[in-house]
Amino acid sequence: MTARRTILAACLGTLLLRPAVATPERLRAALATFTGGAPLREGRVTLDIAPLVENGNVVPVHISVTSPMTPADHVRRIALFTSRNPQPEVLVMHLGPRSGRAEVSTRMRLATSQQVLAVAELSDGTFWRQGIDVIVTLAACVEG
Amino acid sequence: MALSLVNAPARVARGQAFEIRASVAHVMESGQRADNEGRLLARNIVRRLECRYAGEMVFAADLFPAIAANPYLAFHAVAVASGPITVRWVGDNGFEHSASVDIEVT
Repeated sequence: MTARRTILAACLGTLLLRPAVATPERLRAALATFTGGAPLREGRVTLDIAPLVENGNVVPVHISVTSPMTPADHVRRIALFTSRNPQPEVLVMHLGPRSGRAEVSTRMRLATSQQVLAVAELSDGTFWRQGIDVIVTLAACVEG
Repeated sequence: MALSLVNAPARVARGQAFEIRASVAHVMESGQRADNEGRLLARNIVRRLECRYAGEMVFAADLFPAIAANPYLAFHAVAVASGPITVRWVGDNGFEHSASVDIEVT
């Protein structure tokens, strides 16, 4: 009985693991790769995403970072991460003083309800973040 | 429909930041989905966008499978000179496509 239960649990486990889900460890590892271990501070980044998403296949995202965008003080990179998509990385953008304004938009996929994180790297080497919890009613990846 | 589109204002004052919008027709197969027989569909995504304007790369992006099908990105550039703005997309299986738009700087 116990053995059968164990097997059943194992089968359920593999079922639930497909598609793979990014674990908090994988998100931490992806963030560490992006920041090189530098501390993440709250602020300067504004992540604009609907808190309740009907269709996870196409989710509009808008990110802006407070920065004068001069050669001396600008945003170098902006990245988007998710806590529970199959892969934590979504997008890494490279900007510079010629970008003029640190403001970007795109459309992303969300496999399930989770946190979406925007992280910005400034030219002074500091990293700033904002995370938003999003509820998804129709998930991407499976139905998409 | 064109395979890719780039959109920017026709006329911009020198020194002003303006928005560039780019999109490309692409399935962005994530490599996570299975077909009707349960076989995993191979990953086929656009991996990179590069935007060049007046002799410099003003914006670039690395895309991952979590970008929606028919990738769309909007970003900004400072108006420095009249001329073309070129957006190049590069992806799996040798995918490559460029599109450009002309801007007049006043």
